Amino acid sequence: MRTRLPHIAPSEITPESVYLSRRALLAGLLAGGATSLVRANQSQENAYGPLTYSVNPMYTVAGEQPNKFEEIAGYNNFYEFGTDKDSPSEYAPKFLKSKPWSVIVGGECEVKGTFNLEDLLKGQTLEERIYRFRCVEAWSLVVPWVGFPLSNLITRFKPTANAKYVQFTTLYDPSQMPGQRDRILNWPYVEGLRMDEAMHPLTLMVVGLYGRVLPNQDGAPLRLIVPWKYGFKSCKSIARIDFTAREPRTAWNLAAPNEYGFYANVNPKVDHPRWSQATERRIGAPFLAARRPTLPFNGYADQVASLYQGLDLKLNF
Amino acid sequence: MNVAQRYRFIYKPLVFVAALVPLAWLILGAFGLFGFSLGADPVKKLEHECGKTALNFLMLTLAVSPVRQLAGLPNLIRLRRMLGLFAFFYAVVHFTIYLVLDLELNFAVLGADIVKRPYITIGFAALLLMLPLALTSTNGMMRRLGGNWQRLHRLVYVIAALGVWHFYWQVKRDVREPLVYVCVLAALLGYRWLRARARRPLEGVRPVLASTPQTGLSLHPSESD
Repeated sequence: MRTRLPHIAPSEITPESVYLSRRALLAGLLAGGATSLVRANQSQENAYGPLTYSVNPMYTVAGEQPNKFEEIAGYNNFYEFGTDKDSPSEYAPKFLKSKPWSVIVGGECEVKGTFNLEDLLKGQTLEERIYRFRCVEAWSLVVPWVGFPLSNLITRFKPTANAKYVQFTTLYDPSQMPGQRDRILNWPYVEGLRMDEAMHPLTLMVVGLYGRVLPNQDGAPLRLIVPWKYGFKSCKSIARIDFTAREPRTAWNLAAPNEYGFYANVNPKVDHPRWSQATERRIGAPFLAARRPTLPFNGYADQVASLYQGLDLKLNF
Repeated sequence: MNVAQRYRFIYKPLVFVAALVPLAWLILGAFGLFGFSLGADPVKKLEHECGKTALNFLMLTLAVSPVRQLAGLPNLIRLRRMLGLFAFFYAVVHFTIYLVLDLELNFAVLGADIVKRPYITIGFAALLLMLPLALTSTNGMMRRLGGNWQRLHRLVYVIAALGVWHFYWQVKRDVREPLVYVCVLAALLGYRWLRARARRPLEGVRPVLASTPQTGLSLHPSESD
């Protein structure tokens, strides 16, 4: 399979000098006693163990460098650790015990039970894929994830003919996820995919970032990445997987059904009721060169648009 | 030094410098100086901090009358104009950051946002309503407008309500922070309402006092410096 990507103008690419000067600036900040946020993340990058993986060259974002580690691991929506963007990087490393980890598998499948993470990963070949990441809040990143196709995991559980959807549930434990003490959302966080979406080769089970074990604030130790959907669909710190006959009742959809649909495909033509989705701002891009048009299905239309043939995407947002 | 001089040479310059601290902090953060940082999305941080600072100054402006009445500090009124103008200043910076750094001068998106996004519509309305108040904040304009000056400047209640609503509506899910502003504003306006009610004269006497401000938050031109 070839991944075709939309043309990106050379002017959109961060020149290496800018990229490097940002790094130099960061180093300068560190020397001068930067905020704990920056310092913590910098030391964290090396704190995570290396993974054995291969780079999958089919999945790159043409002409673009991935975001820096400290952007991907320092700017997070993970309400289980607070609603500020820098709360997860502050609290997740402190509170979440992502090892040991187990996942309960149940519902409409033949192989059920509680599995250690190591058992789930056994036999899976890890690969690095660089994907665009588009948040429903109209900001975006380019991220080098390490993981394996979700389909490789699903087949092992032998879903039955009744399995029409896969439901993912984040860990529920307020002692590890202090944000769950506030009823911002209906905990635990639940997300879901239609079976064909879950089996799609782009849908990734992620265990790593930048070649190393995934930082807690990015959803360690096991998270989903569905690159053509808004970020909130990609369930983090997954503790439970269920195969269901009915459409899962997902967290954001329950919280605000008129604002967050079950599908949540990235779509520049369907605005959020309160803000436009036509454009997005790339985190880390130079001043005045960050805003860019949002691509249908986040640039993955060639591969996934066919999943939604005959579906009114305005109604099923 | 008499009271007027103390305000003029000590308190007002101190408030002026203090009011620039949020701006200084954001500038240091934007350029990464002295270890200040605005995080991974500096544009949003600048935008939100300036907006909140504008709201803070609006609340401070509205707090002047209650505090001077309750604490018996009538001269506090001398600081009110500056606080109000700083609210306007930070609102203008907030809007400029939104237009230049966030939208990157995409006027088509700006137009669409103002028309289609209710929270931006009301935020923009609040900014526009602040303009006549800022323009008529001089002593000369106060004299020229006479009693109408006060009537015009009651718009500040509308502006504050729109500003808080703008914040509340923009938040994705966690409304705790904007709710704090809702509560503060409710207290500031509720105080005025209660005071106006308590001071309402007996029915028969009312016509005589009809032209007297009864809200207790009045700023006579003569009261200002």
